[in-house]
Amino acid sequence: MNNVFVYCEIEGTTVADVSLELLTKGRKLANTLGVQLECICAGKGLNGIEKQVMPYGVDKVHVFDAEGLFPYTSNPHTALMVNLFKEEKPQICLMGATVIGRDLGPRVSSALHSGLTADCTQLEIGDFDMNVKNADGVMEKKHYTEQLYQIRPAFGGNIVATIVNPEHRPQMATVREGVMKKEILDLNYKGEVINHEVAQYVPDTEYVVKVLDRHIEKAKHNLKGASIVVAGGYGVGSREGFDMLFELAKELHAEVGASRAAVDAGFADHDRQIGQTGVTVRPKVYIACGISGQIQHIAGMQDAGIIISINNDPNAPINTLADYVINGTVEEVVPKMIKYYKKNSK
Amino acid sequence: MSLKIVVLAKQVPDTRNVGPDAMTPEGTVNRAALPAVFNPEDLNALEQALRLKEQFPGSVISVVTMGLPKSAEVIREALYRGADKGYVVTDRPLGGADTLATSYTLSQAIRKIGDYDIILGGRQAIDGDTAQVGPQIAEKLGLTQVTYAEEIVSLNLEERKIVIRRHIDGGVETVEAPLPLVVTVNGSAAPCRPRNAKRVMKFKNATVVAERTPEQNEALTAKIAQKPYLDITQWGAADIDADPEQIGKAGSPTNVKAVKNIVFKAKESRTMTGSDADIEGLIVELLESNTIG
Repeated sequence: MNNVFVYCEIEGTTVADVSLELLTKGRKLANTLGVQLECICAGKGLNGIEKQVMPYGVDKVHVFDAEGLFPYTSNPHTALMVNLFKEEKPQICLMGATVIGRDLGPRVSSALHSGLTADCTQLEIGDFDMNVKNADGVMEKKHYTEQLYQIRPAFGGNIVATIVNPEHRPQMATVREGVMKKEILDLNYKGEVINHEVAQYVPDTEYVVKVLDRHIEKAKHNLKGASIVVAGGYGVGSREGFDMLFELAKELHAEVGASRAAVDAGFADHDRQIGQTGVTVRPKVYIACGISGQIQHIAGMQDAGIIISINNDPNAPINTLADYVINGTVEEVVPKMIKYYKKNSK
Repeated sequence: MSLKIVVLAKQVPDTRNVGPDAMTPEGTVNRAALPAVFNPEDLNALEQALRLKEQFPGSVISVVTMGLPKSAEVIREALYRGADKGYVVTDRPLGGADTLATSYTLSQAIRKIGDYDIILGGRQAIDGDTAQVGPQIAEKLGLTQVTYAEEIVSLNLEERKIVIRRHIDGGVETVEAPLPLVVTVNGSAAPCRPRNAKRVMKFKNATVVAERTPEQNEALTAKIAQKPYLDITQWGAADIDADPEQIGKAGSPTNVKAVKNIVFKAKESRTMTGSDADIEGLIVELLESNTIG
């Protein structure tokens, strides 16, 4: 009761990185609150799945292993979470802000009438004061302790909001892959494994959607793990402009990323988007080409080592974050960078 | 055979084109400075509805929105493109709603419309990017859902089954689901067709009551009797039998504790020009420090 839960996303029989990152964060939150960390693993052929999660400090692994639980479909996974939560009454539930987490989270929150905050970039514990009606119908200030602060950029990334759900449990939040860091706590961490009878949680009538066909492709690039990122914004101007960034990236053994504005304008593919609603990167060097630097973009690259900003607007917000600010246009500066890199390297 | 289709649409501030005046000095959003637009992915959803209507002639597309009276703009826009009916759910007590209270309100409106085979909406709205309202409506109506849809591959009305291709992390999958259901459509799905000029002429003066002054309303009464499509249906909380505890601020579990404009801490930075000398100097420096290899 009252523990921290993480829903583990499982592709085949492998727990997704985002879930391991959330277990790491969940462990810390549980320590702050003085409660246990529990997780849900649902799929098929999950014998031994606990070995993947326990090193992150999981006290209880709830396993739901049945035909029909993989590939994921909305209804059965919702049913098992809702029915388990009615028994366990967690105070916090964390999920990946993945396609699955963003399909499942809202459905579960609706069934439990609990608040859900999407795409959080920070999670903290703190107090909250709110005016509520007392038994006599009079408004009075109520003090809530140990609330989950769900912090996220909002409004297209122009503001950062802290959300709390004082009156409803669980407090649910989704977080994108790469936002939290995964860290093994103890390879020999001992938790408990509970193998649930799936039929007690998921009535047969919930298996309504059939997956006919499924293709998972290996990612075309390694933006997430790249040590150098060349990122382009709306200021790059066109898809052809991005070709120049690819050329620079090739020379530097870097990957190419893009801001949301550039992706929306069709200059770059969606899977290269960096920011709150895209990929989070932590490269050694980040070269921002024609990126103004909205908060939702900054959320995805602020932990970069050295930031170089190329912008013809000296007041671009990203410049305040940059180690090197080059006042110039992308089409002028990038070819020069390629030229002088070729000349001076080796 | 025909279908009853509901399309969910939202009027949103255009957060993609934010100017310097978008934020007030106090750090709050200056909504007046942002143009209101048809949420982009809701247009992708409307296109899927229009394609179904072409395939099943006689189908009826009802578009529902919740918001201020002026959100009737998105209803008109949908009518111009081929939708049949519009509903604007607007009422002061509905304000301040989070996604859960919004999905409750919209699900009540859909119940009132009554008959539906498929409910389509955009995957998410650009002012919140939460992607929550679609699945929450599905849950509240006891329906299944297919999110992140790219294309409706086929629909078999006799068997009441739909086949949808959808985006998943790192790939695509094709699923078969029973009708009725909720489908949320991705921005990468087919774009919405443009307005039809004849329909613009027909519907450009269609309004909800709250958009009209009492005088305009009176002048329109006779006209509306002849041309009922000039009156877009407007519903308040009572019209959809909404439980006051589940709408607006009261029905919203989430509270905004704080909102702030992030001020970036200025680092010690070096500023240079785009001249050959400056760029070569930088490259050499980065190479010498092994920052780049």
